[in-house]
Amino acid sequence: MPRRSRLHIPQHHSRPGEEPDFSYLETSPAGAVARPDVNARVRDIGNLSVDLVRVLDDNHVAVGQWNPHLEVQDLQIGLRHMLLTRIFDERMQRAQRQGKTSFYMRCLGEEAVSVAQGMALRPKDMLFPAYRNQGLYVVRGRPLVDLMCQLLSNTRDMCKGRQLPVMYHWAEGRIFSISGNLTTQFPQAVGWAMAAAIKGEDDIAVSWIGEGSSAEADFHHAMLFASVYMAPVILNIVNNQWAISTFQGFAGGEQRSFAARGPGYGMAGIRVDGNDFLAVHAVTQWAAERARTGAGPTLIEHVTYRGAAHSTSDDPARYRPKDDYEKWPLGDPVSRLKNHLIALGEWSEVRHQALARELEVHVTESWKEAVQYGTLTDGPRLNRDLMFQDVFKEMPEQLRKQREQLRTEQGV
Amino acid sequence: MPQMNMIQALNSAMDIMLARDPNVVMLGEDIGYFGGVFRVTDGLQRKYGEHRVLDTPIAEGAIVGAAIGMGVNGLRPVAEVQFADYIYPACDQIFSELARLRYRSAGDFWAPVTIRTPCGGGIRGGQTHSQSPEGIFTHVCGIKVVMPSTPYDAKGLLIASIEDDDPVVFFEPKRLYNGPFDGDANKPAVPWSTHPKGEVPEGYYTVPIGKAEIVRKGSAVTMVAYGTMIYVCEAAAKALGIDAEIIDVRSMVPLDTDTICTSVRKTGRCLIAHEATRFSGFGAELSATIQEECFWDLEAPIGRVAGWDTPYPHAFEWEYFPGPLRVAAALKAVMEAA
Ligand SMILES: Cc1ncc(C[n+]2csc(CCOP(=O)(O)OP(=O)(O)O)c2C)c(N)n1
Ligand SMILES: [Mg+2]
Repeated sequence: MPRRSRLHIPQHHSRPGEEPDFSYLETSPAGAVARPDVNARVRDIGNLSVDLVRVLDDNHVAVGQWNPHLEVQDLQIGLRHMLLTRIFDERMQRAQRQGKTSFYMRCLGEEAVSVAQGMALRPKDMLFPAYRNQGLYVVRGRPLVDLMCQLLSNTRDMCKGRQLPVMYHWAEGRIFSISGNLTTQFPQAVGWAMAAAIKGEDDIAVSWIGEGSSAEADFHHAMLFASVYMAPVILNIVNNQWAISTFQGFAGGEQRSFAARGPGYGMAGIRVDGNDFLAVHAVTQWAAERARTGAGPTLIEHVTYRGAAHSTSDDPARYRPKDDYEKWPLGDPVSRLKNHLIALGEWSEVRHQALARELEVHVTESWKEAVQYGTLTDGPRLNRDLMFQDVFKEMPEQLRKQREQLRTEQGV
Repeated sequence: MPQMNMIQALNSAMDIMLARDPNVVMLGEDIGYFGGVFRVTDGLQRKYGEHRVLDTPIAEGAIVGAAIGMGVNGLRPVAEVQFADYIYPACDQIFSELARLRYRSAGDFWAPVTIRTPCGGGIRGGQTHSQSPEGIFTHVCGIKVVMPSTPYDAKGLLIASIEDDDPVVFFEPKRLYNGPFDGDANKPAVPWSTHPKGEVPEGYYTVPIGKAEIVRKGSAVTMVAYGTMIYVCEAAAKALGIDAEIIDVRSMVPLDTDTICTSVRKTGRCLIAHEATRFSGFGAELSATIQEECFWDLEAPIGRVAGWDTPYPHAFEWEYFPGPLRVAAALKAVMEAA
């Protein structure tokens, strides 16, 4: 048979009705990967983009050079933030099902990424999130009521009713506005970091995209600029294995890790167990110090799993096995940190249950308050005139006229 | 004749073209195994295989760029951009390349690419799932721009687009996927089975690109619209009891000036309606053309009703949408003008 060219189609590992198959996933034992100096040369640390940095072992013990040796109190705070994020997500999912909001996106299984990273950064570092980074808001202490008001597009909505639910922003908290268009925030984060360097400030920028989004040209633009100018930025790819219905092989993850694109562009790349709170914290600290000391940007690939549907508009039963999340080899980030604290003798099932109840009450109370300011269907509504504001700093005549026309149309 | 909604009609068009022409291929995000986020390509990969219906990485620029390359190499690609709001990363490939390839190579290279993309609001999609950017594409020389408003036209126009040797950007008004919609969100949804053009032949047929259609004959005024606004215009004229002639443009480029101007010459009045923002919208082109061609027959200034010149806000969906109230007010103004 003569050899012929052929079109390769990445193949999913398991489909609805089949046993989940994660044999494709390459992992390293906890503690196996060495932690290089933060100033190490890119060419000397290529292994970091291939191996998997892990700290928590199967016995829930923190091992190896990447152990960040966090205080017990910080571990407990981390657990609390992750659990709150999860409970908040569950409640908001229900609210969408009840028709109180139009849309929601959970981050089930990915809580460690935002929470551990948020905790490893400084409050003045500028964050350019994607839509599944709600944990950053929890870490930075934005009241849940405020997030709920955005989800409800109500009279206290920070976006004044203009954005789809979950597209939050928080200027004082230094969290950038979320776009519906994927990956646009990546080069913007690099530009922010370049500006910090131009101004001689040591704040860094940090951005997140999904692995699917790394296909967009903006990803490549960001990588190039970050690398050329050695911008003080951390670029994160959250590889939750899925982009809506399409698994990570279609984003280019079949032949090589996403982290390996770092060295490909001349910057550090680290592949980390995204469900290991300690490992995520440790690599973020490393990358932040590297950026802050002028040693350049880092690309971090978080290997994790999208435990829930893509969004409330999605039905994953059409394209993947139902029980796949339970079979994910890297486990669940909340359970893993919880078990670590129990192993340290600093936590218990009883305390965990009590915490969960406390957080549920907090979420319920916040919700009760938020709906007082209106929902999509009932209660007070935003003034429709707001629709015409902020297109420009000063409203042009043409929009003033349209505002009047709408008032007339609505008989007000 | 079988009943189809617009999703089924589009699916049938692609099914037929995949079967008729081995060079037809489809590519786009989530279109293969999953069948598309609106299920328009449902079952096509299962039927024609992974080399004919390709799931792609999330890179609209690469989807269109690759489609051009495939087209140059003899295939007839149908690319899907998941939402019209996400077509912008592909715009350099569309504007600078796809649109001008035939021209710049003196006819030696060309790519028969069809780009399908859902557009329009009314599904609570907020500012990045509701846009109607068709006007931008009509301003680029070298691409045809089409938008159907019924399942029958959707199927016939899509087949015509795929067979066309010129590039076509094919807008699918997503609020019409499951039924005609007259702009009143409080009314119960109406299925396509209640509409004569929900009847769609099983087999091959085309609706020619470049032909507008008179969807309602009338003598008092000409209403020129496309997509969802057809039904809003019908509702507004009915509410006011005005004998309007309603024209579905269907194809913005090339534009059927004859059908439109013949009607305006007859009625002497004209209202143009689209969902897209007003300023520099396609309505401006329509208005200018009608004014140039029909000035001496006009009894009143041409009216235009459109989306406001703001992004599409999530919370004010129905205050933004040019619904029956706004169209009726504009229609009244056109009728009452001297
Ligand atoms: C430019 C652009 N193209 C397409 C989409 C539609 N879309 C929204 S989310 C998504 C999948 C993203 O997957 P990934 O980046 O892996 O993030 P995840 O949802 O897994 O967190 C797609 C295709 C979009 N929002 N923007
Ligand atoms: Mg993903």
